Amino acid sequence: MTIGLNHYLVVAAILFTIGILGIFINRRNVIVILMSIELMLLAVNINFVAFSVFQNNLVGQIFTMIVLTVAAAEAAIGLAILVVYFRNRGNIAVEDINQMKG
Amino acid sequence: MNSILALISNQMSAITILPEIIVALMGMILLIAGAVCGARVTRQVGMLAILGMAVAGFVMLCPQRMHFLPMGGQMASFGFRYMFVDDAFARFVKAILLIGSSLSIMLSWYYVEQEESLERPEYPVLILFATLGMMLMVSASDLMSVYVGLELQSLSLYVLAAYRRDDLKSSEAGLKYFVLGALSSGLILYGISLIYGYAGTTNFIALNFGVHHMEHPPIGLIIGVVFVCAAMAFKVGAVPFHMWTPDVYEGAPTPVTAFFATTAGVAALAMFMRMLMEPFSGLAEQWQQIIIFVAVASMLLGSFAGLAQSNIKRLMAYSSIANMGFILVGLAVRSADGIQALLIYLAIYFINTLGVFGVILCLRRNGKMVEKISDLSGLGKTNPLLALTMVLFMFSLTGVPPLAGFFGKYFVFLAAVKAHMVPIAIIGMLTSVVSAYYYLRVIKVMYFDETQQPIDDLPDYGVKIVIGIAAVYVLVFTIYPTPVIDAAAVAMHSLLGG
Repeated sequence: MTIGLNHYLVVAAILFTIGILGIFINRRNVIVILMSIELMLLAVNINFVAFSVFQNNLVGQIFTMIVLTVAAAEAAIGLAILVVYFRNRGNIAVEDINQMKG
Repeated sequence: MNSILALISNQMSAITILPEIIVALMGMILLIAGAVCGARVTRQVGMLAILGMAVAGFVMLCPQRMHFLPMGGQMASFGFRYMFVDDAFARFVKAILLIGSSLSIMLSWYYVEQEESLERPEYPVLILFATLGMMLMVSASDLMSVYVGLELQSLSLYVLAAYRRDDLKSSEAGLKYFVLGALSSGLILYGISLIYGYAGTTNFIALNFGVHHMEHPPIGLIIGVVFVCAAMAFKVGAVPFHMWTPDVYEGAPTPVTAFFATTAGVAALAMFMRMLMEPFSGLAEQWQQIIIFVAVASMLLGSFAGLAQSNIKRLMAYSSIANMGFILVGLAVRSADGIQALLIYLAIYFINTLGVFGVILCLRRNGKMVEKISDLSGLGKTNPLLALTMVLFMFSLTGVPPLAGFFGKYFVFLAAVKAHMVPIAIIGMLTSVVSAYYYLRVIKVMYFDETQQPIDDLPDYGVKIVIGIAAVYVLVFTIYPTPVIDAAAVAMHSLLGG
């Protein structure tokens, strides 16, 4: 059996879903949320590269480079905000992020 | 020959993107200047940032630049291989963004000088970079530049929300905004990847052409557009993706909340409009249902949930959700009238909100900010002028004729009726009656409740100037609304390619 475009898309969709579930189901640690966000972005990259290769169109691979760069910046800012939060609160459990209720 | 052509096209790109280049250069220069000189230059950095934005705005609209654009700026001018576009629509929204950002820097001066931990020159620089991101979003003509602009804006806003770093509420607001913002960036990216995969391009012009020539659009493309719509609802803070709005509005430092309320939504909405009206106009039947649902749900939730609030920043969050609903009605009707009404609404709403936040920033007792609605009590006796301007803004937000806010709602609902969507117009009017309760309650508290200790005197002119400008704008628009309405008409025609 050859591996076709659909296989890549299914893998990416599964990874993306795991990422979203990781954000919403996880009640313990904010770091896990950051990892889930990375997982979502990487799933998108798989999509882009797969489409790009199967269509002989380079735009998708360029887009992947941009996504990788932005994801690094995003992770840096996320961790910085997390450090600031930890200094004020003393822990980073998700269920303790409840100073404001909406 | 080729090199000459390349040179011409480079110059064209440079002229098209000139305002953004000015803002970017100003941001980088001020970042270095701030790092060298330290905290004592915060106000000067802010002034230079405003100057930079004023220059960018002037260059954007000056006739000498228009002269270089196709048809003297009447036609869209593209740069960077159709990644970037400058047209009347982009200029209209960018003018709103530049004014909004400049005024919110002015609002922040006194606030950040009151506390040592806040007085740092990064503040105006971050606002400048966020504005740059917004300008790129508004002018994006390719899903790639959409993403880059969106992230530049979002990353700056995450930091701004957590700017009070010794305050638990502010860092919590930053954390919540970051997590939900990153989630929505993930959603928009996944949508973009599907659009790219099933349409074979990320360019708006090519997408528009491709979508119009499809007999049956592939289901993958439609799913991609739905993902993008959901992510954009996140960014503008519309139901059902509004959860972050009240918490971030309450937790973030008040000048930052003012910045969020006035510009962030405007930029995201303008980008959303361009995406739906240009590349995906061929899929209108699919996205129209989503927008109608989002608009109606936002109007209902924003109006009813606002009734129970006691914190005025939280109240403004629900007010912004409700207003996003009214604004999205203009998009949902999918007509030229609707787009024009939407643009007029934006031009009124942003400055009205700035005025309200100016008044909120005046509320200090014993050197500390107070932000309960009950803290406004007796303001009508102790500070008659401030109370009077607040009355003006609240009446305008309610939509009491003949103030500016009335025209915004009038045009939006008129467009809905003209497009035979009477139920939406009726829901809109009923919900604006409901939301009138919380706006009028503020006035009632100011004039009819027991007088408290008067608020501190405000020794700063920045906030006063902003309140003054906003009040004058709301009043002048009442008497002479033609310039804004005409500019919105021109912008609408350029967006619809007419």
